[in-house]
Amino acid sequence: MKMPLPDDTLIARKGEIVRALRRLVPGDGVIGDPAGLVPFQSDGLSAYRQTPLAVVLPETTAQVSAVLSWCQANGVKVVPRGAGTSLSGGALPLQDGIVLGMAKFNRILEIDYANRCAVVQPGVTNLAITGAVEVDGFYYAPDPSSQIACTIGGNVAENSGGVHCLKYGLTTNNLLGCEIVLISGEVVRLGGKGFDAAGYDLLGIVTGSEGLLGVVTEVTVRLLTKPQTARAMLLGFASVEAAGGCVGDVIAAGVIPAGMEMMDRPAIWAAEAFVGAGYPTDAEALLIVELDGPEAECSELSSHVASLARARGATTIRTSTSEAERMAFWAGRKAAFPAVGRISPDYYCMDGTIPRRQLPYVLTAITQMGLKYGLGVANVFHAGDGNLHPLILYDADQPGQLDAAEAFGADILKLCVAVGGVLTGEHGVGVEKRDLMGEMFNETDLACQQRLKCAFDPDLLLNPGKVFPRLHRCAELGRVHVHRGAVAFPNLPRF
Amino acid sequence: MLDLAPDTKIPKTAAEVIELIADAQAGGRTLEIIGGGTKRSIGAGSATDAVLSLAGLNKVIDYAPEELVLTAQAGVKLATLEKLVAAEGQMLPFEPPNLARLLGAKTQPTLGGALATNLSGPRRIRAGAARDHFLGLEAVTGRGELMKAGGKVVKNVTGYDLCKLMAGSWGTLTVLTEVTIKVLPAARTELTLVFFGLDERRAAEAMTQALNLPDEISGAAHLPRLAATRAPLKGEMAVTALRLEGFAASVAARADHLAIALKDFGRMERLDAEQSHAFWLQIRDVQAFHEDPRPLWRVSVPPSVGWRIGEAALGEALYDWGGGLVWLLADADADTVRASARRLGGYATLYRGDGPAFEPLEGPLLRLTARVKSAFDPDGVLNPGRMAHS
Repeated sequence: MKMPLPDDTLIARKGEIVRALRRLVPGDGVIGDPAGLVPFQSDGLSAYRQTPLAVVLPETTAQVSAVLSWCQANGVKVVPRGAGTSLSGGALPLQDGIVLGMAKFNRILEIDYANRCAVVQPGVTNLAITGAVEVDGFYYAPDPSSQIACTIGGNVAENSGGVHCLKYGLTTNNLLGCEIVLISGEVVRLGGKGFDAAGYDLLGIVTGSEGLLGVVTEVTVRLLTKPQTARAMLLGFASVEAAGGCVGDVIAAGVIPAGMEMMDRPAIWAAEAFVGAGYPTDAEALLIVELDGPEAECSELSSHVASLARARGATTIRTSTSEAERMAFWAGRKAAFPAVGRISPDYYCMDGTIPRRQLPYVLTAITQMGLKYGLGVANVFHAGDGNLHPLILYDADQPGQLDAAEAFGADILKLCVAVGGVLTGEHGVGVEKRDLMGEMFNETDLACQQRLKCAFDPDLLLNPGKVFPRLHRCAELGRVHVHRGAVAFPNLPRF
Repeated sequence: MLDLAPDTKIPKTAAEVIELIADAQAGGRTLEIIGGGTKRSIGAGSATDAVLSLAGLNKVIDYAPEELVLTAQAGVKLATLEKLVAAEGQMLPFEPPNLARLLGAKTQPTLGGALATNLSGPRRIRAGAARDHFLGLEAVTGRGELMKAGGKVVKNVTGYDLCKLMAGSWGTLTVLTEVTIKVLPAARTELTLVFFGLDERRAAEAMTQALNLPDEISGAAHLPRLAATRAPLKGEMAVTALRLEGFAASVAARADHLAIALKDFGRMERLDAEQSHAFWLQIRDVQAFHEDPRPLWRVSVPPSVGWRIGEAALGEALYDWGGGLVWLLADADADTVRASARRLGGYATLYRGDGPAFEPLEGPLLRLTARVKSAFDPDGVLNPGRMAHS
């Protein structure tokens, strides 16, 4: 993974930069000593590590503004960071840049039930929002698996998903407003508590922008009322095709489950060995289907789904009869990643989305690729929305296996695009999929995205080296005229 | 009100759109971009050198009901799509309005127009807006480049979410040529609970209380007495309505639950599926205000305070989105209406009447907005003057 060449003159100015930042963020808010920087070297994509120049932990929007405008004036790069749980390297530091950690922005500012929203600082964890309102019958819907640790600011940056996306949407569908600070230090409010706002939907563009456009300092999220009941079903099938067919049947019947997850045999076995959730180990594919709503609806739909599963030859059909049993059904799925961690020294989690009808073809192809690379793979899958999470099993201590796992992963993602899907459903591009962007987008597509970047950050100081495979200076992009689809800058080197 | 440009171009392919825009840019000419043209009177700027109509790009490219995804050219008529998805038991979840009659247009709205204006109907409060169902696009920038963004699957975070930016950009950034949207299964049935005679504040309380229950309300509207006496309702009392959609057993259970929870709000009637459908259609299309010639404002505010727009006595109001969307018939001057909306944390757009339609922006947001405009359309070819900054 090549990152932009570090600027040695900036690295040489480290002492001066740290002193200047301390004047802006007093106390212990600036970390410059090598030992203190170690925890910030990587995020959830731990294969990549880099020690940053310094870490700044501001406490106020005014401090964020002062730090960013100082960085722009001095040409210092900035990597924003929430809890550092990104699985795509979104918060990977730069040797010649600072990390701007938002952990101290950890207060819930307002809970407004009359407008069914909450105003929170970006360092509040995803789960803490629900924790603050569930006593009153509300919750915040997006539930990435890292929700106990990940922050809402990071969720905005990555447009995080979770197992309930199909029915309740991703982060972007559950936001009403935010406050961001631009690299110029200007503070901009986007949206509010209403359902839309004047001007362009810049809230929509900041969401999922992976820290490249601005730093989020406040977020207004929608709160939903908690469903009266929720019921989970375990459906075991003798083939992936049958399970995939059942997913299609459920949707064709007009049922949009709150969650619809699939696990293949290796994932079922790993999960069952780890938590003993009672999964059917004779099944080739397992569906976990969650239905929520009024009791009458859950009863009607669960028997409907059961009959659809039966028609597809399901070998196991179980419906939870208590909240404890529902949680047990989910326990195996929620522990799938650590469970796979027990059967393999390392695993590499992919995140492509495909049209669901391509599932049997894609899973077969992934198995064949595994044979080619000599690596095992377990599949967990947000089946309702076609979001695959193949877990590639490897051992980083074995020479060549990390490289093989990365090549295998890239092949999977290229296949996802080839069958009409996309590179990432919810984890983001980051550094991980940066060099694959050309599989989905041509030079013109990427130039248009980068011009938008330039409108926010003309000196390309916010999180450079992420998302875009080539870094064009904004002045170059201004001159680009791609006439009738002709390729621009075909010979520019990659960094 | 409409200065018709001397000539209207109706390209049949994206390549022709590229050529028209590239030529306009090279020649320093401007283009008005229209789909069906039903909303072109809103914020009509100065006359452009030509009109670019998407009417010739009207094909459905791919519709996979089981994938919940539909791809079509931008000029396809909403009515065509609604029929197509209904035949598969599905719907356009954001319930796009048809404002042709409200705005005095004799044409039909298109999918591209609905997305470009991010216009959403009563179901917005539950299912989300047009922007929330906009998955992918091909569009031509003001530089005459064809670009694509997003994807053709329901879950995707690859690259910037340019669909959100184009939704509600009113054709000032790019010309949409092909779009992919998410569709959903249509509700099996619907039912509406109606309360009578509530004043605006009390109606807001009823809607808030209902929306804060786990009953999955998919429409919450209030017609004050004056609006309710107009066609098509022609009633005698104010009407407050709550819609429930879904499977029959679920709808019935939720209706019973709501009826008990809201018993303090007085007399209540139930509209069956057919009556309910007709009721929400007239809310969606603002039919109560079709005949009144006064200027019409669309005011978007936090839902719980929408009723204060009525309290300000600027004109006659009609409330959707649980109070968050206020249609306001008012002769009051623009500054007064905008200031009221802003005080409540919202903004106002003049949908019918003379004068600037769009909320002016200021400060860093205005400067950022101008840079975004310039990134896609540096020479101001597309819809000059349409939005406040453009």
